[in-house]
Amino acid sequence: MTEKLVIIGNGMAPGRMLEHLLEAAPDRYGITIFNAEPRVNYDRIMLSPVLSGEKSFEEIVIHGDGWYVANNIMLYKGHKIVAIDREAKTVTSDHGVTEPYDKLMIATGSVPFIIPVPGNDLPGVLTYRDLDDVNAMLLAAQSRQTAVVIGGGLLGLEAAAGLKERGMEVTVLHVMPTLMERQLDPAAGYLLQRAVEARGIKVVTRANTKQIVGNGKVEGVELDDGTIIPATLVVMAVGIRPNVTLAKEAGLTVNRGIVTDDRMRTLDPDIFALGECAEVGGHVYGLVAPLYQMARVAAAALAETGEDLFAHADTPTKLKVTGIDLYSVGDFADGDDREEIVLRDAAAGVYKRVVLKDDRIIGTVLFGETTDGAWFTDLQKKQTDVSQMRDTLIFGQAFQGGASADPLAAVAALADDAEICGCNGVCKSKIVSTITSRGLTTLDDVRAHTKASASCGTCTGLVEKLMQLSLGDSYNPAAVQPMCSCTELGHDEVRRLIKAKGLKTIPAVMQELEWKTSCGCAKCRPALNYYLVADWPDEYADDYQSRFINERVHANIQKDGTYSVVPRMWGGVTSSKELRAIANVVDKFAIPTVKVTGGQRIDMLGIKKEDLPAVWADLGQAGFVSGHAYAKGLRTVKTCVGSDWCRFGTRDSTGLGIRIEKFMWGSWTPAKVKMAVSGCPRNCAEATCKDVGVICVDSGFEIHFAGAAGLDIKGTEVLGLVKTEDEALEAIVALTQMYREQARYLERIYKWAKRIGYDEVRRQVLDDVERRKAYYDRFVYSQQFAQVDPWSQRVSGKDKHEFQPMAALSLQQAAE
Amino acid sequence: MNWHEIGSIEDIPARGARCVTTPQGRIGVFRTADNEIYAMEDHCPHRGGPLSQGIVHGASVTCPLHNWVFSLETGMALGADEGSVKTMPVQVVDGRILLGFERPLMAAE
Ligand code: SRM
Ligand SMILES: Cc1cc2nc3c(=O)[nH]c(=O)nc-3n(C[C@H](O)[C@H](O)[C@H](O)COP(=O)(O)OP(=O)(O)OC[C@H]3O[C@@H](n4cnc5c(N)ncnc54)[C@H](O)[C@@H]3O)c2cc1C
Ligand code: SF4
Ligand code: FES
Repeated sequence: MTEKLVIIGNGMAPGRMLEHLLEAAPDRYGITIFNAEPRVNYDRIMLSPVLSGEKSFEEIVIHGDGWYVANNIMLYKGHKIVAIDREAKTVTSDHGVTEPYDKLMIATGSVPFIIPVPGNDLPGVLTYRDLDDVNAMLLAAQSRQTAVVIGGGLLGLEAAAGLKERGMEVTVLHVMPTLMERQLDPAAGYLLQRAVEARGIKVVTRANTKQIVGNGKVEGVELDDGTIIPATLVVMAVGIRPNVTLAKEAGLTVNRGIVTDDRMRTLDPDIFALGECAEVGGHVYGLVAPLYQMARVAAAALAETGEDLFAHADTPTKLKVTGIDLYSVGDFADGDDREEIVLRDAAAGVYKRVVLKDDRIIGTVLFGETTDGAWFTDLQKKQTDVSQMRDTLIFGQAFQGGASADPLAAVAALADDAEICGCNGVCKSKIVSTITSRGLTTLDDVRAHTKASASCGTCTGLVEKLMQLSLGDSYNPAAVQPMCSCTELGHDEVRRLIKAKGLKTIPAVMQELEWKTSCGCAKCRPALNYYLVADWPDEYADDYQSRFINERVHANIQKDGTYSVVPRMWGGVTSSKELRAIANVVDKFAIPTVKVTGGQRIDMLGIKKEDLPAVWADLGQAGFVSGHAYAKGLRTVKTCVGSDWCRFGTRDSTGLGIRIEKFMWGSWTPAKVKMAVSGCPRNCAEATCKDVGVICVDSGFEIHFAGAAGLDIKGTEVLGLVKTEDEALEAIVALTQMYREQARYLERIYKWAKRIGYDEVRRQVLDDVERRKAYYDRFVYSQQFAQVDPWSQRVSGKDKHEFQPMAALSLQQAAE
Repeated sequence: MNWHEIGSIEDIPARGARCVTTPQGRIGVFRTADNEIYAMEDHCPHRGGPLSQGIVHGASVTCPLHNWVFSLETGMALGADEGSVKTMPVQVVDGRILLGFERPLMAAE
């Protein structure tokens, strides 16, 4: 009979342990996991990129739901274990589930430490540990007000950088004189502070928090000296404590962590502890590399395959804040028995320090230039006698043994077992052999197959050098980023060749440009379809199978597979007749949610796919057309009330907005396009954060472009001032057409304009009259093929198959 | 195996898919560029996305919700994602598509 393994906690350590266990002894255990967090296994160390917006949560999931299903593992999400009964060998969750075990693994991680000051429980005081914390911070960041981060260590600084990135004013309070003093010496701490301040984050050192003030919610942080720093959000990142309550109550030995032997076994032979909650050899850990070693050891013990024992090793610390390179490992305190070697380059902001004892490296701190980190650490691990290279040691590996200062040579010289990726414990030989044996050619492939550089990403440079070494000239990271893995060509090159070679179908593009796959992928097909629609509006037959579902069915898919429908409401203006029609549709189809969107119109959410054509038929009766809320195309033109009503309005902004929207709707663009027209510089339509905006002034129309207010926030650039509405429309249309012809698929106007230069845009659409006219004419030409209401087409039967199941098998029919 | 006819190959666009509702859940039926027909549960193991509404390329489909890619042949997630979808036996006889069910589609008595 299979034995039963129960795991408490589903963090990074048990996640990795299971991978080893399933490999070594796939069928040995029936596995059940209880996780207090209501989610699957994810890469906790990547929460900072999620906070800053560089990654989405989906991208950091390690084991999705399917993995548990495939491996027959029962995962209880949102179940916290509240008791372990060692006598009966059962655990019980807060939802009342009791589960017997043969072997039990405690992996409860850590809990953030909360400083015991008044006000620490006010709403708005957060810690930084899990996705809920990140979501709460993101919510608070929407106010774009002020945040205080208490704690200038790794987590505090990553939180601060993320919140700043999200538009908050951020102050970091740190109790010690320099930042990250546990990992950095004061010199590096200083450089770090400078780098942090250079991003607009305030840093207050020697800051002792007296209390958190606020009435019903956080309003500020008061320091010992009476200073009050205003804040709408306070993040406490002052340290973590191993989460040992459960183990203690069960009578297991607990010091700082749950005490285990070097096979991760507690005093009860059937109970193991693993991860940040475990204490092995007198150490507790807070970085994943040693936890992953624990995972290997524990898996071997459970599978009874190996004799693996846990051995302590120093783990390097790196900070995951883009643009700040630091690396520290080992012991670098000053001491009589120690020597140090230091290198500084003030202009470049580089600082390197290696600490020696008995001619052996015991600690390393690097700031600003960290490529030699792995090499120093390797020397330290192997306890190499460095007296022979003492004079050149600090210059790094490239300077040893007469080799030139070639970074590639330095990587080539690394020992086979040198650790490249600390997070995942991947060494050089493993990466090189995987690249060669599997014929990998891209960084993504290497990440997928070796996990190297797939966690915090700080070793990406090293991994790329290994790829260069293994693949020679065929690997060129500086080359153009290919569109996707189906081709070597970049977007610009593909666009150029489509025109130059007159390619007019997707198969033609794939054949002539030597696509490596038979029919492309979900990345390149929609891009190619757009390029062809934009370049050959009259000749190209749109390929619906290359469009995402939203553009295929002209509605937005929702998370439960239903759809939302947003009709156009020109310039945000509606009428009682339109509202009544919407009300009737909502009642008739029992539409669960009706919402006013951020784009000045009405969204009906939760509509069944089969109902879409009927919904559109009714809306169409009332004169509505599709709002293209799903399209890479013109979305909304927001307006303010303007001179018709407003006492400040200089011109008819509503009228101009409607005119633009009626002129331009239906056109496909590389990414979505949103516009707005405001009647005066008070700018109530928020025209200065749109792709294209107009501010009406007494002297005419100020045209703006390249704003952003989504993932990025960016005020617009001024295109220029024109005198009449006609001129304004012509310039806006020309700008849009230029964008349609030149941008890369999914590239918003602000990214495209920044890439090619704002002046270039002004030159082509304002200064060069002929060009402007030509762009305008090409847009107008293509509109005759594009301006067809997709909803009424489908009401009349187009793509009928999209909306109905192919067949409906029922019980009766089957019983025949 | 219990075979049920669900329609003709022409009912599905090439590089496209349709769904079939059954008492055992919704099934996605896929047609590739070279007219191979595959069937699997219309339910992505990630967050339940309707796979029959994804983009079909080669012998794989990309989920419409968060872009996981699945092999139509094996149902396994491709690339770095892990998970699998249950595939179903299909036969094409004279252009008609038949779906195979292990259990008969009958209410338990
Ligand atoms: C419905 C709406 C939210 C609302 O309830 O108000 C909305 C809903 C969605 N937005 Fe939005 N956005 C809506 C206004 C906005 C606005 C405000 C505006 O338009 O003035 C913005 C910021 C302005 C901008 O676009 O920069 C906005 C920035 C985004 C972004 C970030 C784009 C970026 O490049 O920064 C995304 C993600 C993307 O497009 O990749 C997004 C994506 C989405 C998607 C399509 C997510 C998705 O892929 O499913 C949501 C579809 C929900 C649905 O089915 O309806 N939505 N979204 C708004 C529809 C406006 C409309 O009438 O068409
Ligand atoms: C923002 C952030 C950035 C980080 N950056 C890095 C980095 O760059 N490099 C690095 O090496 N490390 C980093 N770390 C540390 C690293 O994430 C942790 O060391 C690691 O995740 C710990 O793994 P674990 O499995 O021990 O515990 P955790 O991942 O914390 O998992 C413990 C789980 O157990 C659950 N649990 C607790 N009690 C119970 C109970 N009674 N019943 C059921 N479930 C329970 C919890 O809900 C939690 O999901 C970072 C951590 C954070 C928060
Ligand atoms: S509507 Fe927009 S902001 Fe809201 S959850 Fe969806 S994508 Fe995010
Ligand atoms: S539901 Fe399919 S990828 Fe998320």
